Amino acid sequence: MSTTIGELVASHPFMAGLSADDLALVVGCARNTVFQPGDLLCVEGASADTFYLIRRGRVSIDVHAPGRGSIVIETVGPGDVVGWSWLVPPYRWTFDARARDPVGAIAIDGACLRNKAGADPALGFALLSRVSTELLARLQATRMRLLDLYGDHSER
Amino acid sequence: MAKSNNPSVSSKVQLGEVVVLRLDGLDSLVARLTALGFETKGPVVRDGAVVPGPITGVADLPVGVHDEQAPGSYRLTRGDDGRLFDWAVGPGSWKAEFFPPSQEVWRAVKVGDSMQFTESAPLAPLAIVGARPCETAALDVLDRVLKDGAHRDPVYADRREGAFVAVVECATPASTCFCSSMGTGPGIEGGFDLALTEIDDARGHRFVVRAGSDAGVEVLSVLAHEEALDEDLEARGRVLDQAAARMGRQLQTEGLASLLARNVEHPRWADVAERCLSCANCTLVCPTCFCSDVRDTSDLDGTLERRRVWSSCFDLEHSYLHGGAVRTSASSRYRQWMTHKLSTWWDQFDTSGCVGCGRCIAWCPVGIDITEEAAFIAASDGATPANAVSKASAP
Amino acid sequence: MTPVVHRVVGRIQETDDVTTLCLEPVTGARMDFRPGQFNMLSAFGVGEAAISLSSAPGDRGPLRHTVRDVGAVTRALCQRDVGDLIGVRGPFGSDWQVPQRTVGTAVKDVRDTVVIAGGIGLAPLRGAVHELVAASHGGGGRVFLLVGAREPSQLVFNDDMEAWARDGARVLVSVDRASPQWHGRVGLVTALLSDAGFDPANCRALLCGPEIMMRFTARALVDMGVAPEAILVSLERNMQCGLGWCGHCQLGPFLLCRDGPVVPYAGIVSQLLTERER
Repeated sequence: MSTTIGELVASHPFMAGLSADDLALVVGCARNTVFQPGDLLCVEGASADTFYLIRRGRVSIDVHAPGRGSIVIETVGPGDVVGWSWLVPPYRWTFDARARDPVGAIAIDGACLRNKAGADPALGFALLSRVSTELLARLQATRMRLLDLYGDHSER
Repeated sequence: MAKSNNPSVSSKVQLGEVVVLRLDGLDSLVARLTALGFETKGPVVRDGAVVPGPITGVADLPVGVHDEQAPGSYRLTRGDDGRLFDWAVGPGSWKAEFFPPSQEVWRAVKVGDSMQFTESAPLAPLAIVGARPCETAALDVLDRVLKDGAHRDPVYADRREGAFVAVVECATPASTCFCSSMGTGPGIEGGFDLALTEIDDARGHRFVVRAGSDAGVEVLSVLAHEEALDEDLEARGRVLDQAAARMGRQLQTEGLASLLARNVEHPRWADVAERCLSCANCTLVCPTCFCSDVRDTSDLDGTLERRRVWSSCFDLEHSYLHGGAVRTSASSRYRQWMTHKLSTWWDQFDTSGCVGCGRCIAWCPVGIDITEEAAFIAASDGATPANAVSKASAP
Repeated sequence: MTPVVHRVVGRIQETDDVTTLCLEPVTGARMDFRPGQFNMLSAFGVGEAAISLSSAPGDRGPLRHTVRDVGAVTRALCQRDVGDLIGVRGPFGSDWQVPQRTVGTAVKDVRDTVVIAGGIGLAPLRGAVHELVAASHGGGGRVFLLVGAREPSQLVFNDDMEAWARDGARVLVSVDRASPQWHGRVGLVTALLSDAGFDPANCRALLCGPEIMMRFTARALVDMGVAPEAILVSLERNMQCGLGWCGHCQLGPFLLCRDGPVVPYAGIVSQLLTERER
């Protein structure tokens, strides 16, 4: 029994609560995709024309440094979103995103969704609210990690 | 025409019975306690203050000594009267007699492949003649911390339980005193072996004495005493009434614990921090402050020693946690001290941590007054730093 | 205040600055304790420090204490070798209230337990996880262990975590800084919550780690629907006696050596954790 792309999009936590009409608009820009371990979902510097709703498997957000290889900044997994750069000019990826496991994801065409959101502010707001919620959670987590919580702060 | 007291006799008194002792009787009391093997102590004048010290008789007591106390101020004066207890409490409290400022806990040496510990020897039993009601109240507060909790401090508890306490009711509270607000004075109705009230009127210089324990009964029975007359009881009542009337300060205790608990962000804490020197005087003179440090040292001969020494919540190190102190600001340390005394002490020990002795007011070098701070917060309940600023900047 | 002399019978170098000491009393029986409680450990001649027990009461082995070198006393403790003597006073304080392993009786508490540890915060929880995993095989609820650490080299009890996972616990680990060899998760420990799979409406949560981490994690749990009353946190303040006498471990209404270290997050604790300088 196969699942339709519409059902996949509707069941992803990022899209929870979206109206049927809005969902239909999103589904029009979405396709199902898979990645093998090591595959890149996004490449630093490349044009950011797609973002991903992760369904299964883990994805690392990396940055490459000479002599250090790929440094993993964060890992994300099922229910998470990969990619924000499609939303704001100049639409260019800042980090790499790499599949750590076999990854199942919904790829959404950023330009397609931008156009639809631009034409339909209600959809735009609904999407932006979701993006903001995710971004805020990531920003807060990043700030917490900047604190070096578990570090040794003694004066030994 | 006033009746005269019956001639002095030594006869068995009953628990709760009231008798009269003259000065020679008080002398005999001190001698009797010492003869019973007690280390007998009472108020003495030392370094310009009335403090606990060894006594052998009435002559060692602060004869004709009076005091003038105010925020940040304590002075003794001398009168030509022969009264012994016409002063309010000085900087030294009886706490130190039970919970010494520095105390060896144990010594240890390595023996074979283990250690051998010697715990500090018990102190001689103590008899106090001339503790104030607020001071026995303070010892009752300390009992809850060091004696009656889940863990009994044996040195403190043994000395406390073996102590003989003759209280002298307070006739002349200082301007810094507020024991009547705290229900701890100027009179006392229980928790003593003997309770004395000093009276010096037309019928002579004498003490109205009540026995509050079997030990008190035993000691009093062998002293030359007189039957107390109605006039003596009335005289005692007048002393206590006058004392209550001249109480210099008051503290509104109703709802105080919750008032402070809900005002932890009150701007007054920052205000008091501007004045507070974090000198810890208040905690050192306080008869209930119990904080201590545990310190280990080793001698060159390999002997290890553990000591317990007084510490203070005004000390930055007090709240040290790996990485630094938790309470870094003077405002948080003053708040800790005052909210502990008047609020969280109730949570921890089901009593107030303050007995109203006023020492922290007199001995604060800048005269910070716990009653004034409490009253200020009560009058501005709910203020926050934010609304204090907006008030200040309002046209 | 006189300690019971124990001998170091084993030591495990957990990380660069974390050492587990295995202790047996020189004479007499091993102490009884509950997971979450602590002892005052004496490095003779240097001083005493409050250190949680990291063994499980049901274990037959020696008492374990996992110590991080953060000061003079903890450094001296970490430097003690097998055969050396250490003074032990305790056990003190409250515990995690995990189901007791009792032979022949079914465990009554079938709630999920989510154990969340940050860094060395796993030490006071180790005994609890042992007991919970054992209880889960006797009818107790599922066990979820979420661990955060700065970097992989700072993780303690790796063998235990593997064993717990084999025994049915769901173990998720996340680090702040990944090494090239690290193939696990990278990110804040709270990011593990949504992935863990426990039932927020029917669980208990045990938290130990840096205070900021506990604060944010407890809030995230409440946001997920976990009852504040079902969240326990282990708090830390300066402790010098363990007996409720020294006054150093005050936090608002608590004397943490007596009323803690393990306290419910609900009510006053959630407030205290957000107040400055308490």
